[in-house]
Amino acid sequence: MVRHYTRLSQRNFAIDTHFYPLGSCTMKYNPRAAHVAALLPGFANRHPLAPESTGQGLMACLFELQEILKDVTGMRAVSLTPMAGAQGEFAGVAMIRAYHVARNDLERDELLIPKAAHGTNPATAAMCGYRVREIDVRADGDIDLAALDAAIGPRTAGLMLTNPSTLGVFDRHIEDIAQRVHAVGGLLYYDGANLNAILGQVKPGDMGLDVVHLNLHKTFATPHGGGGPGAGPVGVGERLLPFLPVPMVGESGGRYYWITEKTRPQSIGRLSTFAGNVGVLLRAYVYARLVGREGMARIAQYAALNANYLLERLSRLGFEPAYPGRRAAHEFLLTLKGLKERSGVSALDVAKRLLDKGYHAPTIYFPLMVPECLLIEPTETESRDEIDGFVAAMAEILAEAETTPELLKAAPHTLPVRRVDEVRAARELDLAWRAHPATA
Amino acid sequence: MPFTPHTAAETAAMLETIGARSLDDLFDEIPARLRSGPLAGVPQALTEQEIGRLMRERAAADGEFLTFVGAGAYEHHIPAAVWEIAGRGEFYTAYTPYQAEASQGTLQLLYEFQTMIASLVGLDCANASLYDGASALAEAVLMAVRLHGRSRRVLIPETVHPLYRKVVQTIVSAQSITLDLVPMDAAGITDAGALALRLEGAAGLVIPQPNFLGCLEDVHAMAAAARAAGVLAIGLVNPIACALIVPPGEWGPGCDIAVGEGQPLGAPLSSGGPYFGFMACRREHVRQMPGRIVGRTVDVAGHEAYTLTLQAREQHIRRSRATSNICTNQGLLVTAATVHMALLGPEGLRRVAAAAHANTAALRARLTAIPGVRAAFPDTPFFHEVVLRLPVPVPEVLRALEAQGILGGCALGEFYPAFTDSLLVCATETKTETDIAHYAYHLERIVTRRRLDPPCAYKDDNPRSP
Repeated sequence: MVRHYTRLSQRNFAIDTHFYPLGSCTMKYNPRAAHVAALLPGFANRHPLAPESTGQGLMACLFELQEILKDVTGMRAVSLTPMAGAQGEFAGVAMIRAYHVARNDLERDELLIPKAAHGTNPATAAMCGYRVREIDVRADGDIDLAALDAAIGPRTAGLMLTNPSTLGVFDRHIEDIAQRVHAVGGLLYYDGANLNAILGQVKPGDMGLDVVHLNLHKTFATPHGGGGPGAGPVGVGERLLPFLPVPMVGESGGRYYWITEKTRPQSIGRLSTFAGNVGVLLRAYVYARLVGREGMARIAQYAALNANYLLERLSRLGFEPAYPGRRAAHEFLLTLKGLKERSGVSALDVAKRLLDKGYHAPTIYFPLMVPECLLIEPTETESRDEIDGFVAAMAEILAEAETTPELLKAAPHTLPVRRVDEVRAARELDLAWRAHPATA
Repeated sequence: MPFTPHTAAETAAMLETIGARSLDDLFDEIPARLRSGPLAGVPQALTEQEIGRLMRERAAADGEFLTFVGAGAYEHHIPAAVWEIAGRGEFYTAYTPYQAEASQGTLQLLYEFQTMIASLVGLDCANASLYDGASALAEAVLMAVRLHGRSRRVLIPETVHPLYRKVVQTIVSAQSITLDLVPMDAAGITDAGALALRLEGAAGLVIPQPNFLGCLEDVHAMAAAARAAGVLAIGLVNPIACALIVPPGEWGPGCDIAVGEGQPLGAPLSSGGPYFGFMACRREHVRQMPGRIVGRTVDVAGHEAYTLTLQAREQHIRRSRATSNICTNQGLLVTAATVHMALLGPEGLRRVAAAAHANTAALRARLTAIPGVRAAFPDTPFFHEVVLRLPVPVPEVLRALEAQGILGGCALGEFYPAFTDSLLVCATETKTETDIAHYAYHLERIVTRRRLDPPCAYKDDNPRSP
């Protein structure tokens, strides 16, 4: 049994084995000191309903993590309880809703979301009962202020914003945007998916944002684990303080205690049975303490250095940036539209060929609005050598696209399986092993 | 230690390639007045040795207890191989398996997981996990409302975990869904008469088994009543119990959806998380199921291969019309759970369940032999938890037990006003006869207000005492 699962593990790419420049996912090194600490018996064996007196060590870590995240985001308070980014988004939008309801401002039923946003943003808005209005992005990657003005009004509950955006650029008009949304009584939500790009450089709170979620499994180096667990703490400014989800950790005279709905009657409530993904929070805490004050700013600097260096190198090879002339944030977007027209080779083909060459593919076909795109995020923990190797692989692929495009269209060739038939997977559903597979 | 491997020379060369004079130049599109100064609230960096020591001190300060608390999180033995495998970098540091060819390990494991969960609960298909038991129940409620199509009222028994009910309320309230509470009867299970009055016109009925109070509900009758009324039946189950008692797929005409907390399958207690929620359903409902789903297919050469499938349900494709906003799930815990289930096998899981039941029965017998301590529901079948009524105030008892290194149970007063004198206790397979005797010894002493024997005066017959 152990052999079976060990062998299965060897059929994976992972940060520990491969460069993994998956855009918007921040696949950086996951320090093992964090893993070891979270599994210490005093933490790992503690029952969630054990009394506060038996959790002072744990709660000290959580309280200090709240304080660190407050400073990093420029917010007034942080709740650690959301279990992933999407739950953090849910908490944020639910708080925006609770804020308007508490003011008896009941006509606001729309959330504005830029077209480039993660799919979780509109899905979250819908879960919170809002209609979504999409806002266009200009050719230079910034939000179209004219489109914003046209959409904004008395029905606007708020705007959900990722900055730097999923286009890999920092929106230079962020102050204008915040001012316009606030002027009509709306609130600004910051999706922290790309916080790695600005850590210690600029705080969402200083940009005028009212509520923020972070992805600790991205920015704070907790493991992705093949799909989770994450942690999506939310931070808020003054106006949303009463609505934060519970529980949170409070401190008084050196003793830590749980803040619950008893003292927070306006809280949006609980999002998990107990206190969220505590083991993930412990790992993020260890990471934050290892990185420290100066290290936080260095993370964004080197994430930006690697991204801009890689963008420059690939541009010189002839790859086409989707937003030329713009500074890359911690990631950048290429479009292979020209290559597709010339050679028939698609973003998918390039992605699969990269796997052959020992590199995990970038994010492809996201954002949906840019044709044949690759969203590339090297992260700060990659060395120049590793990035240069990736550039060499991309150069080879570009040459192959011109000379032997069929090689790319049939890629990958060297992995445990060849290209997987996803159409058949969806058409002839086989979701659980049986002597006679189920179909639906 | 920000884990950046660049030498000064490399940094300079890279900046030169970019055409930037300094690292700071890379942020020149951010309005200068917004740039932050030093992060005063972030402490100076610690070395790995220093943080390791701090964490060990804090973990040690939290101590280790003999735990008889369940109430939604259960101490089970986890074979050492489970986290050795789940902790392998190839599983631990992989992303969601969007690139199927580079993720066959995770994908096949998830397919095995879906198979095991579907088989455990007796339904056709399972997803690749949700966050935890409570949020999985919330998703099941939303799914039932979508499937039903005409009603936005869902019945939730009072015997469902009170914290689950709070979470469901938080998550579904913005969609104008009503949660209709069904009271319990004197036997600690859902009141059949009250349920019958509420069924008509409801979208779904949650059926907990065992329920929060440890009692076994009349699940066949409940599932049958739901089906007869055109109401979707949502089984809320403990996965370990499913190995021993009839699974939700076989309750009466069968549940439509089953969900639960996966923590008992290989996740450490860890103060509440990370755990994972599981969800399974009947074949015809799979397109309304939230979360990731893995399918078995073939590659272009016709060899068996695995991939994420039915992605058109999900947020990254369907956006505001997705079945849920969930993206990241609890993959690593699912990895552990799959290895855990594979190592134990159906027979191993059944033995764990049987041992937990037997230990809880033994605990109940020992504790109710103490004068004034009685079972709240003496005639109701239970799985591995029981409610005890105590003759002295519960918080006082719990404090006195804690002083002896025992976490004695979950005080029910906070959740149920009629049960301020009650304690929910649990003894899984991890408890020995000695542990149970130790608990009984101290509880008897506390409720009879007998003083602890003076230390070292003489050796008593309690085997755990020094």
